[in-house]
Amino acid sequence: MSEMIVETRDLSMRFGGVLAVNNVNFNLRERELRCLIGPNGAGKSTLFKCMTGLHEINHSNGRVFIRGQDVTGWRPHEIVRLGVGIKTQVPSVMNGLTVWENLWLSARRIHGKNGAYPEVDRVIEELGLQTHMRRNVGELAHGQRQIVEIGLVLCQRPKLVLLDEPAAGITGAEADRLVELIHGINQQAAVVVVDHDMNFVRMLGGSVTVLHQGAVLMEGATDAVMNNAKVREVYIGNRAK
Amino acid sequence: MIGDAANFSSAGRTHWGWIIAISLLLLLLPAVFDTNTPTLLGIWALFALSLGLMWGYAGILSFGHAAYFGLGAYTYAITSMNLGESTAAWMLAILLPAFVAALIGAMMFYGRISDVYMGVITLVFSLIMAKFMGATAGDAYSIGNARLGGFNGIPAFPILNVPGDPSTLIIGVPLYYLVVCCLIFCYLISRWVLSSAFGRILLGIRENESRIELLGYNAPAYKTAIFSLSAAMAGMAGCLFASWAEIVTPALFGLGQSVEVIIWVIAGGLGTLMGPVIGAVLLGTMKLLLGGQTFIDNSLVIGAILVLVVLLLPRGLLPTAMGWRKQQDQRSVSRARNNSMRRRTGERRQPRATAGQDKSGGQS
Repeated sequence: MSEMIVETRDLSMRFGGVLAVNNVNFNLRERELRCLIGPNGAGKSTLFKCMTGLHEINHSNGRVFIRGQDVTGWRPHEIVRLGVGIKTQVPSVMNGLTVWENLWLSARRIHGKNGAYPEVDRVIEELGLQTHMRRNVGELAHGQRQIVEIGLVLCQRPKLVLLDEPAAGITGAEADRLVELIHGINQQAAVVVVDHDMNFVRMLGGSVTVLHQGAVLMEGATDAVMNNAKVREVYIGNRAK
Repeated sequence: MIGDAANFSSAGRTHWGWIIAISLLLLLLPAVFDTNTPTLLGIWALFALSLGLMWGYAGILSFGHAAYFGLGAYTYAITSMNLGESTAAWMLAILLPAFVAALIGAMMFYGRISDVYMGVITLVFSLIMAKFMGATAGDAYSIGNARLGGFNGIPAFPILNVPGDPSTLIIGVPLYYLVVCCLIFCYLISRWVLSSAFGRILLGIRENESRIELLGYNAPAYKTAIFSLSAAMAGMAGCLFASWAEIVTPALFGLGQSVEVIIWVIAGGLGTLMGPVIGAVLLGTMKLLLGGQTFIDNSLVIGAILVLVVLLLPRGLLPTAMGWRKQQDQRSVSRARNNSMRRRTGERRQPRATAGQDKSGGQS
């Protein structure tokens, strides 16, 4: 049986009077692909931020374990150093630097001075960014910036990849390419995808965790979850097909 | 795999030709001009460079950078008075501001203080230093042989001397050369820092600090380090200023000094190393020239210049000039390309015309 790579124990997060994450116990095994879905305000992004250190938490919020380490209260850079690649909801790239420079900064920490160059070349080729490599990332379209941010994750060759709404604002063709990329990443790493685009989640396959009002509503295979009446009621509603 | 410098263009490049030419000019300057004013301008340029490095490349704006300039000056004055020679005082004048900046920087950056509050903290630190030093009149405020002297400051401390030889003073032209060497040294150190992985990570922090953290870099550590390096340079400038002026006063920590250096950096060009140097030399010269007249207040003119620069040249003098030159180059390249295309088209047309003439010639 493969090892547990992410584990949250009784994780809660409150903002004033709003309980954004309510006692969530989330587990993910090595090389597993899991989609975290739920309607707006379900607590997906908050849970994501608690796991990545983007929200400061302490032991009163519950605990987060990544690759066997209790990372509760750790800063994002410390969590990343455990082999975690993170893509945030809004493309978080260095707009004033070129695509090449962005990728180099990502590759440099893992692969060292000499190893960074071939790694950047590999990722540029894999993502088809050759024509954009000298352009500032700020000049690229939204979808291309999403791809660059995924490139930043790829350069780090992580063991766990957390992607927050990777399909937001991208075209159909780009979505196909993205699914292909995520499946590629999943060959080597466990992947958590936070999204509410049901078609994209279907395309990804894997298992699904549904969040509702900060708590886990259901977990299971994509089809089983999609066909569950309770899920349809709280999430998909009468638009469900 | 492509060359490193070519790939990493955002850090700027070392233009060795320009550096050598400017260095030669600066070295020959004493043969033509009195060095008193150029020495002061060089010190200001070094001070501006220290802020320009930190602000332009790491995105950290200190509203109280004069604190480290003043700290360097006071540290030098107090230490040299106690030791009777300048070598240890010189080193301490660089190390103490660096150390203090590292403490304040660590507190701000690890404490995740936002940019606005960071500006307030740096400003308040500078004002506290000015206020404190101004309140040190009387014998009770002495460090060893050095009386801090309140608003009157500390006069008559030993000026810089050749290391190990307190009797050989560095004054006049030698002080000018020392300032030039310090300026070039700090410029080259800054260039080296920017071309290193450390400098590139700083650029990343300037662009998107949270992304740099998500790549696994400890951003507060990098920011603390550059803050400390910048303070060390400001301290060096303060030490040189103390030796040039032969007196240090609380005004060195003042708000005016902090604001002036910000204006020099903005006017010269943020995000370049030469820009702040140029800004300090040009605006410093203007300040000195305006200081000789009583018709209009000096600070009004400097303020008006800042407003004009922000409105007309928002990127500053040097980046605007560089942009203009790049545009000219691109125009001349496209003109040359058009000319060669026209020539080639003409060459292709000519044989046809000749053939037509032959035909008509044949017909006739």
